[in-house]
Amino acid sequence: MVFNFMKVLRKDKNPTLCDLAVGESGILEDFDMPQTTAEHLMNLGFVPGLEVLVARSGPGGNPRVYRVDGTEVALRRDLSRCIGVRPLRDAEAEMR
Amino acid sequence: MSVPVSIPGTLLKSKASGSAVYKTVAVVGPPNAGKTTLFNRLTGLRQRVGNFPGVTVEHHTGSFRLSSGEEVSLIDLPGVYSLNPKSEDEKVTIDVLNGEMPGAERPDAIILVLDSNNLNRHLVLAGRVIALGLPTLVLLNMADELHKQGGRIDVLPLARQLGTPVALVSAATGDGLQAVANFLVATPQTPEPLELPIFGDPRHCREWAVRMGSKADYRRGATPEWTRRLDSIFLHKLWGGVIFSVVIVAVFQTIFSVGQPASDLLQKVLDHVGIQLANALPSGLLNSLVVNGVWKGAGSVLVFLPQILLLFLVIGILEDSGYLARAAVISDKVMAKVGLNGKSFIPLLSAYGCAVPAIMATRTIENKRDRIATILIAPFMTCSARLPVYTMVIAAFIPNRPVLGPMVGTRAIAMLSLYVLGFAMAVATARALKSSILRSRDVAFIMELPPYRWPLWKSLSLRLMDRAKAFLFRAGTVILGVSILLWALTYLPMHNGQPPAIADSAISKIGHFIEPAIRPLGFNWKIGVGLLSSFAAREVIIATMGTLHGVDPESHAMALQEALKSDLSPAGAIALLVFFAFAMQCMSTMAVVQRETNSWKWPILQFLYMTTVAYVAAFVAYRITLLYWN
Repeated sequence: MVFNFMKVLRKDKNPTLCDLAVGESGILEDFDMPQTTAEHLMNLGFVPGLEVLVARSGPGGNPRVYRVDGTEVALRRDLSRCIGVRPLRDAEAEMR
Repeated sequence: MSVPVSIPGTLLKSKASGSAVYKTVAVVGPPNAGKTTLFNRLTGLRQRVGNFPGVTVEHHTGSFRLSSGEEVSLIDLPGVYSLNPKSEDEKVTIDVLNGEMPGAERPDAIILVLDSNNLNRHLVLAGRVIALGLPTLVLLNMADELHKQGGRIDVLPLARQLGTPVALVSAATGDGLQAVANFLVATPQTPEPLELPIFGDPRHCREWAVRMGSKADYRRGATPEWTRRLDSIFLHKLWGGVIFSVVIVAVFQTIFSVGQPASDLLQKVLDHVGIQLANALPSGLLNSLVVNGVWKGAGSVLVFLPQILLLFLVIGILEDSGYLARAAVISDKVMAKVGLNGKSFIPLLSAYGCAVPAIMATRTIENKRDRIATILIAPFMTCSARLPVYTMVIAAFIPNRPVLGPMVGTRAIAMLSLYVLGFAMAVATARALKSSILRSRDVAFIMELPPYRWPLWKSLSLRLMDRAKAFLFRAGTVILGVSILLWALTYLPMHNGQPPAIADSAISKIGHFIEPAIRPLGFNWKIGVGLLSSFAAREVIIATMGTLHGVDPESHAMALQEALKSDLSPAGAIALLVFFAFAMQCMSTMAVVQRETNSWKWPILQFLYMTTVAYVAAFVAYRITLLYWN
């Protein structure tokens, strides 16, 4: 569980929300998208620094449902690929 | 500082006597915070829908009666997450609150409704609203859920921090709502808020909200367990899709199996009243006007009221329970294939009832191009106004033979194919639009999934009343007007006080004038007149055919279905059905498209496109059917 470095520390690019599997969580970092979309996400609780959990995957794996700040929000994979996260390892996630 | 505070579960006697300090109060809050439930509870039937001039945002106004009998006017503003003038809804909210909206009075005070289960997010809006400087009452709604889920909050420290009265309420049960009356009559006090957030940086705003919450010892309740359990079924990889299909089939099954008998019953009652009317009035011109013009015309439309209300009831239940948000998630994958997203699913489902509310429901789609594409394809969905036309023509021309067992016959299949035809054309049109003039690069599908809740009968019934009123208004104006006009045209020009033979009437002249244009589709002049009148509203064609055959001595005694056989060949009947599946024949829809897109370009384009498609498709259908069935 602690040894999933391949997934966490990918060299080519920073990990995004899309890279997390169902049940995994991470800390929101940055948004690479138009300003209005980012603002809308922040209004729904996607604020940098907060923890986000991949709650479930919809039929066909897309969109997926994320739990953040007490609410659940569905996002398509192509949008979740534009949201940078710092993945939390299981132990760390349990501590929080 | 006196703060109206309520403790849920205990009954505080309202001390609200004396006259109201505030006369106009705006109700503000984020989506899904129960703002509309609160507004409905406070105003009940004393409310109406309105539009601000020049913008497409709809709002309700109503009045709240104090125990003194005095009325305070409430404005229910659109749900907003923040006060950012970039979004239209939020711009309207800012303009109204600042008194800069023409046609709306500047409010004296604000009632801010927040979800007590989501305070860390919602308090950010409180910071922005309080900063406007108007007297504000902060209602922390859904207190019942907060307590049930083990959450808590002290309102007094929060009120002190915000410098406004704060009350914990439940709009659904009515707990704590006397705080509203107390607020409205209390002498205004303007203590300064201790600390408002620094706007601009969302991170700081949230930190401020969390700090405010912690001062009030705020603890959020857990997400209701049954919401998670239900989602693990409704959003299940396999069962999610299966349940989705079952729900959609059940919606339509309900409309037909419950709505149809109700409509039939209403039809019998209306026919009976019509006969009584005909007997009661002295025979002559007035009798004919009332019975053939007014009653038959408006009555032929009135019978669809039960089915339309039923459809809106079912959609309302799905929406208020929270399932529709999940349905949007499930349908997103399919909608993505035509270039749209799951948010378009909800309006398109409503369009099976009526395109008018469906087009208004497209407001939830943030992407402007997606929204216009959804508006443009919505009228292809088989709305309830097409239903009577389909039913009548199919019953007249298609013999009922069993195909798949005794339940599914040729007529059911014909009806189903017409539904499929409309849907297929909507899909094809969406694809064409999204790959050409409405192509959009950034397709963000962001769907908040609220917890599942029991729908409230009060909210549902108020919405049904709105729909019924709109429908009856249409039947009473457009359809009645067209019916009377048609009746008059069959009676003109008069010779020596006698109405002309139908062949010499003004309506026959008009019909024969357009006949060359519709002959290629297999229609005669009577159908032509019916088509002309149906551009006001589709179902009017039935009233028109009824009037035309009613005044014609040759077909006077025949049932309308039989009489239709003299107007159409079977191939012509198929062409007529296809024409109705595609054509834009609805003034109300065009008016609402104009209003929602704020331009004449889209409704005109839509009208030309749909009518051209309808004409060409009807011609092809006529030619093909002629080869096989004559």
